[in-house]
Amino acid sequence: MIWIAIRMLTGDAQKFYGLLFGIGFSTLLITQQMTIFVNLVERGASGVYNAPEAEVWVMDPVSRTTDVSYAMPGTALDKVRAVEGVEWAVPHLRAQATVRTKEGDLEGVGVIGVDDATLIGLPARMAQGDKAVLFAPDAVVVDDTGALRFFPPEVNPIGERLELNDQRAVVRGIADAIPSFTSTVVLYTRYSNALNFVPGTRNRLSFVLVGVADGQTPEDVADRIEAETGLKAETREQFARAGVDFIIENTGIPTNFGITVLLGFVVGIAIVGLTFSLFLRDNIKQFGALKAIGVTNAKIVQMVGAQAGMVGLIGYALGVIGTVAFIKGFGANPFFKGFYIPWQIPLISFAAVVIILSITGLIAIRSVLKTEPASVFR
Amino acid sequence: MSERTIMDTKAIGGCAPEAAICARGIARDFEAGQSTIRVLHGIDTDIRSGEMTYVVGESGSGKTTLISIMCGILWPTEGEVKVFGTDIYKLSDTDLVNFRLNNIGFIFQQYNLIPSIDVASNAAVPLIAQGVPREEARERAKVLLDKLNIGNQADKLPRQLSGGQQQRVAIARALVHEPRLVVCDEPTAALDASSGRRVMDLLREVAVAPDRACIIVTHDNRIFDLADRIIVLEDGRVTHDGKEMPDDH
Ligand SMILES: Nc1ncnc2c1ncn2[C@@H]1O[C@H](COP(=O)(O)OP(=O)(O)OP(=O)(O)O)[C@@H](O)[C@H]1O
Ligand SMILES: [Mg+2]
Repeated sequence: MIWIAIRMLTGDAQKFYGLLFGIGFSTLLITQQMTIFVNLVERGASGVYNAPEAEVWVMDPVSRTTDVSYAMPGTALDKVRAVEGVEWAVPHLRAQATVRTKEGDLEGVGVIGVDDATLIGLPARMAQGDKAVLFAPDAVVVDDTGALRFFPPEVNPIGERLELNDQRAVVRGIADAIPSFTSTVVLYTRYSNALNFVPGTRNRLSFVLVGVADGQTPEDVADRIEAETGLKAETREQFARAGVDFIIENTGIPTNFGITVLLGFVVGIAIVGLTFSLFLRDNIKQFGALKAIGVTNAKIVQMVGAQAGMVGLIGYALGVIGTVAFIKGFGANPFFKGFYIPWQIPLISFAAVVIILSITGLIAIRSVLKTEPASVFR
Repeated sequence: MSERTIMDTKAIGGCAPEAAICARGIARDFEAGQSTIRVLHGIDTDIRSGEMTYVVGESGSGKTTLISIMCGILWPTEGEVKVFGTDIYKLSDTDLVNFRLNNIGFIFQQYNLIPSIDVASNAAVPLIAQGVPREEARERAKVLLDKLNIGNQADKLPRQLSGGQQQRVAIARALVHEPRLVVCDEPTAALDASSGRRVMDLLREVAVAPDRACIIVTHDNRIFDLADRIIVLEDGRVTHDGKEMPDDH
């Protein structure tokens, strides 16, 4: 009988495709929007991920994220170095600046000053050039977002000059970095250079990046730094989380994406509910005949369940494939750089599909179950 | 076969052991707004195996209601129905459904074939519902389709067939599981005269068997000559029961 149920479903091509479209569209909308949401919000932590060596971030107690920080006096560095369990500690400067490109356009950029000796604070990988290029005078490393934004495709950015806050800077390399939430271009330079590029106030030290000694946990070291220096210290995970939370709390993004996901869900219910009800209503005579001939209600429920299951699985697969294709298709676009689908998201959209089909299936099947077998003689 | 009157039937009282259907005191009410309307008034009748019994009467006289009750798809308000000795309305819901599946074949006016499966599969539906593997069920259905002269249409979809051919598929579906009772409501109503006649000739050929009873509701006076017995209903009462139609009809 299950075979008959499936054939009834696929035999009505129009409604079958309508149902697949409904489920597929819902899945696509929910999966794709949640994927973009998660990836976008995770960019709030890009500053942390772009400095992978740092196990603990030390900052002024009022600082909140890599981009919302209050500078500390230079003495903070020595205080941190003195704490037990700190293997190394290096200065890290983050500031805003303006760049005049060769075309004469003015652009806001982030300037990051990395440790002069170790270059800790640079992203893990370079897209072009070696990290050591930063040792040259006036050298900056631009992130890949900037390489695309500031230079036309036919120009190799390496060796090009920029006017950074009215001072000469030469691009010596391109970093393979995770874009920031705002996709602001970031220029990396040595800490001492950064002090020159960025106009000075008394305190310039945004963060102290810390590596912990063997046998120590970042949590313990962070606690100890806070206790002994009065500064704020967070592990990489805590600080990344803080960056994500900041985006969630201070932008309309969760609401916007939440609304779209909800819309996907509602549209799914509407399309699938309507089509499924129509499909069952069109077949009500056949179901009535089956009931008269001797098919129990339990079997009828199984038949409709099989129909819903088939629509659900194929529609869901189409939706997920669509999302993967979308992410892959836009992979070259810097905005989508590094986008991935967290495994929880397909599970969530699968649950949504199950809920959509359960709700609509239960509503639609009632008419079939209520059909009197005697109605077939009318 | 002797002429019977309502009086005779009532006089029998109990059920004859050889009766396929033994209906006693069947009444049925329908709700119509505030009031209830009684459409069957205490009908007593037996249906015998080996015969083709016609139920005839004016529109609204209660024919469909009566056979629905006799084949276990409509609960009577009063009375009891024994089908091959089983008091069917004392069965549980599931047992009644299974009783129908194993003992009764149905032919509907609108055929009610499943449009998206082929003719052989449609004819095999009761076997498939019984759990017979699909290929075996189809093979058994094809034998019957051959007998009904549509064996060569077995792999087509129902919509590719004429009305008469579709009704023959429905006949095959009604007989494929060799039920002991076959019920048909207006089987020729959707067909033109000549194909209706042909369908009924075939039905008589394949459906009537010594151990099978066959009840047909019809308006179609051109096929009355095929009946072994004719029951006439008027306003929910049996007014005639015999081999021939009464003269005033
Ligand atoms: N489900 C129902 N609800 C209410 N009234 C009903 C229902 N089914 C039948 N009736 C009424 O019962 C009476 C008998 O109906 P039935 O269908 O048995 O007549 P019939 O002899 O088969 O008529 P026809 O030749 O038109 O098919 C009619 O007056 C009809 O309106
Ligand atoms: Mg009728």
